[in-house]
Amino acid sequence: MSEFNPKGDEQVKGQTPENSPVADPSPTNKMQLAAGKSTEQFRPTHLITSRVRLAKDICFQRMCILTASVSVLILVFLLGSILASGIPSLSWTLLTGFPEPEPENAGMWPALLGTLWVCSMCALITLPLGIGTAILIEEFTPRNRLAQKLASLIQLNISNLAGVPSVVYGILGLTAFVSMFSLFDDTGDSGAPSLEIGAVYYDQFSNLASDPFLASGDESARERYFLVPVDLRDDPTTVPTTGMVAYENQEAGLVPVEIIAIDPFAEDPSTSPDQLSRTIDETSTPGRISEKQWYYLRLPFGRGVIAGALTLMLVILPVIIISTQEALRAVPTTLRAGALGLGATPWQVVWNVTLPSAVPGIMTGSILAMSRAIGETAPILIIAGIVYIRSAPQHLMDDYTVMPLQIYNWTSRPQEEFHHIAAGGIVILLAILLTFNAVAVLIRHRMQNKLH
Amino acid sequence: MNETITEPPRGSDKNNRATHDLQNAPTEPTSRMDTHEAAQADVPRSIIEMKNLSSWYGSFQALNSISLNVRKNKITAFIGPSGCGKSTLLRWVNRMNDTIPTARATGSLHLGDLDLLGSGTDVVDLRRRVGIVFQKPNPFPKSIFDNVAFGPRLHMKLRRSELVDLVEWSLRKAAVWDEVKDRLNAPALGLSGGQQQRLCIARTIAVGPQVLLMDEPCSALDPGSTLAIEELMNELRDQYTIVIVTHNMQQASRCSDETAFFFEGSLIEMNDTKSIFTNPNSQKTEDYISGRFG
Amino acid sequence: MNSAVNRDRTLPQLEQQVQTLLARERRNLSWVRFRERGIFLCLVGCGLFSLLVTGSIIFVLASETAKFFQFSEVTLSNFFLSTQWTPLLGNTKSFGIWSLISGTFMVTAIAMLVALPLGLITAVYLSEYAPRRVRSTLKPILEILAGIPTVVYGFFALMTITPLLQWCYSGFNVYNAMSAGIAVGILCFPTVCSLAEDALRAVPTSLRDGAFGLGGTRFDATVKVIIPAALSGIISAFLLAITRAIGETMIVALAAGSRAQITVNPAEEAQTMTGYMVQIAGGDVSNFGIEYYSMYAVAFTLFAITLTLTMVGNYIRTKYRETYD
Repeated sequence: MSEFNPKGDEQVKGQTPENSPVADPSPTNKMQLAAGKSTEQFRPTHLITSRVRLAKDICFQRMCILTASVSVLILVFLLGSILASGIPSLSWTLLTGFPEPEPENAGMWPALLGTLWVCSMCALITLPLGIGTAILIEEFTPRNRLAQKLASLIQLNISNLAGVPSVVYGILGLTAFVSMFSLFDDTGDSGAPSLEIGAVYYDQFSNLASDPFLASGDESARERYFLVPVDLRDDPTTVPTTGMVAYENQEAGLVPVEIIAIDPFAEDPSTSPDQLSRTIDETSTPGRISEKQWYYLRLPFGRGVIAGALTLMLVILPVIIISTQEALRAVPTTLRAGALGLGATPWQVVWNVTLPSAVPGIMTGSILAMSRAIGETAPILIIAGIVYIRSAPQHLMDDYTVMPLQIYNWTSRPQEEFHHIAAGGIVILLAILLTFNAVAVLIRHRMQNKLH
Repeated sequence: MNETITEPPRGSDKNNRATHDLQNAPTEPTSRMDTHEAAQADVPRSIIEMKNLSSWYGSFQALNSISLNVRKNKITAFIGPSGCGKSTLLRWVNRMNDTIPTARATGSLHLGDLDLLGSGTDVVDLRRRVGIVFQKPNPFPKSIFDNVAFGPRLHMKLRRSELVDLVEWSLRKAAVWDEVKDRLNAPALGLSGGQQQRLCIARTIAVGPQVLLMDEPCSALDPGSTLAIEELMNELRDQYTIVIVTHNMQQASRCSDETAFFFEGSLIEMNDTKSIFTNPNSQKTEDYISGRFG
Repeated sequence: MNSAVNRDRTLPQLEQQVQTLLARERRNLSWVRFRERGIFLCLVGCGLFSLLVTGSIIFVLASETAKFFQFSEVTLSNFFLSTQWTPLLGNTKSFGIWSLISGTFMVTAIAMLVALPLGLITAVYLSEYAPRRVRSTLKPILEILAGIPTVVYGFFALMTITPLLQWCYSGFNVYNAMSAGIAVGILCFPTVCSLAEDALRAVPTSLRDGAFGLGGTRFDATVKVIIPAALSGIISAFLLAITRAIGETMIVALAAGSRAQITVNPAEEAQTMTGYMVQIAGGDVSNFGIEYYSMYAVAFTLFAITLTLTMVGNYIRTKYRETYD
């Protein structure tokens, strides 16, 4: 059957008992149509049916073409409307600025860096996990029945996980990563971590020099801030006493200063500018500030970068597993058999033969999965909420925002100016995603060229 | 039928390849005309022994109680119509069937003293001792050199110069050295089909196996390459025991010493190649080799 | 390659050298086996992690939902029978999940009215009619559509579709189910199209040839032979699209509004399950209050619905798949 060429097909049909005059309905075959009409007078009944069928066929084809063009038009319309409102508001400020409350100064630099942080962390965690799972399912033949059951369970489970809405992963991330099932909340205050590494806490005092009532006007009595280290986040606030050593944050680092504590209402303060500059109101309440190292770690994770990365990991893990499985399946079995026949262990086969051949496919799949992670909004919105972020994350537990969340934030505001910068943000986001997709397509293209 | 037996059992132009003709195999065609008992007395002992070997894929029985011995430094051909179990049997000898989750076997299968079906058998070591060449040439998408060096790198710690020696030796043994010696770093996939298959043989012998299994090694090749592979098998028989599965009865009669005929999972007959092709004991064998089915 | 040196040697010399090499001690297999074991266990750990994810989703949703039902304001009958969903309304809190489900289903129904016919017909066109060139341009366009983040569709719905709808008929609310539904439909369209096309292309050419050989037109072949043969794949594509539409969040959060009500009027606001979750998580309700836990109950309902649909889809695909060799 498959050897039929269209012409041969027509000839055969012409000889069928029904003598259906219209064999090939494609409009390119106008000759055929004409031939059909010429035989019309002889076999009217059959021709009516076939004309109806032909009309149906042509209608259907036109409908198909119409529908396909509608879908293209929708895309053009969608991209066109966004570009039309987005491109005019593109500016350097939008890319490098901070999300100020005035639309004309607002930018998405922290969101851009937040996306970079979250997505690169997410890739670091997800890629080994996802590729490992795919290798386990595809490359390691289960030996006993239990292992077979387990393998098929994992396979089924992955296809089910792929159908879970991302917002549900957000809920899971909120419980499992942000608050960690409230396991560490012994203080009762849900915001406070119970375990911290890499954070130093200070109580910050300011001197009295800035007080116009006390200041002598002497310029050497400048305003200074002093830091008193405290051991724990929840220690009681320090009460300043005379002779206590506090630290001043200077260019050279923390410089110890002996401070003088007075009650400004009880006693006439010293007038010496030097003394005044390190005099502190002993009734003042200091601010508790913290300095966090780059390796700062706490449990529970809170709404930081790591919680976002782990939650996005849940979302794209099934995607990466499935695309890696496809890439591994595309490697010919004969290659595996060849390596096994030489006495390679299963892992040696994977490492030396299968993985090198599957790398382009895995990369393509992973890049597409990462572009999904970049655009994913709902789970991040659930776990991070809408917070005002002024700076890029400094450590893995730092607050952050991501580009799509910033766009959502701007879109959901009533002022129209924000809608314009949201459109500008969308253009930036789409540009990044298109670059990603282009790289993926390029890799796939190269891979196909290599195979042929 | 007559055409099959008029062909000499071996490639007659073997001596043309003087460079490789170092250890010409002692072949006395007359000795193989002897009775089976006599042959067993003066030829080397069996290296692979099977007793009542049965095998299943899930509930499908692929092999039904096979008992046969493969003799050392001989070429043994497995013939039979497709689906008769000959490839399955071959793949049990180096446990390639382990890759199929539903495959299982009962009975006994020994390589020398080693029990091949035992659960404690080290499959990795076994496969080093029993190399396999597949139907379709399957060089890795690496350079020619890396293809041959793949096995040795897995199994031995070698200096670069030793590795180079080993690769050269393997390629010479596989009679492909002269064609590739100037482009060892070129991708192996750029070679012709016949060269690729000889490269795969070189790759297999580079790990020093005792037995070479060949699963229809010529079915994807043109006649010229087939001839080259058959000549190569003749060269290799002195150092290796070769088991070849083939659809091609002429090939079996040309290059094997012994032939086993399988049908629907059972061993119908095994004997000297000449006896099988001139005077088969079983009607089925006769029908098959005379082309009445299969 | 330093074969220049080797080429001068005779084969017997090489033979001798290599034989000594081959006779040498093999690499210690116990280390290889140990490494193999370790790597295998790591991979098993990776595999088990995915099971752990499913397990913890169920555990988290179930345990937090249980906490929700322990509140005195909440009863099972209220949850399943009431038609009012007013969790933020001070004294008259009511948790009738049907309002949210009806909102979800309205948006999904509108989306499917857009995505299923459009997707299936475009898939038929791509697989049966389209010339190669059209196919090779349309496929990447579909991939681009599929790669656009959902927040962009949400923006599109709010900023473009809604004004268009209001221009057509002034009764449309600023936030309405219609606009969100159309955007979700556009979002699902590439999924339906590419999965349905895969299913159609998996039907072997011999079946088409058979239909043509009996004198069928291309329309006959498509409608009477190919679509029935690919039906299991098409249905599972539809189910997957429905699952995506039900779980879609950002579009409805932006365009569908935040009033939960049972209505069939697509011009009005309709809060979906996902929309409610975003409202609670993004808003400033107190953690660990009743509204917070109601989010888990909604998530559980959503998860149960989508998991059922996914499993049915997988079952149909594997069970009724016609295999052609």
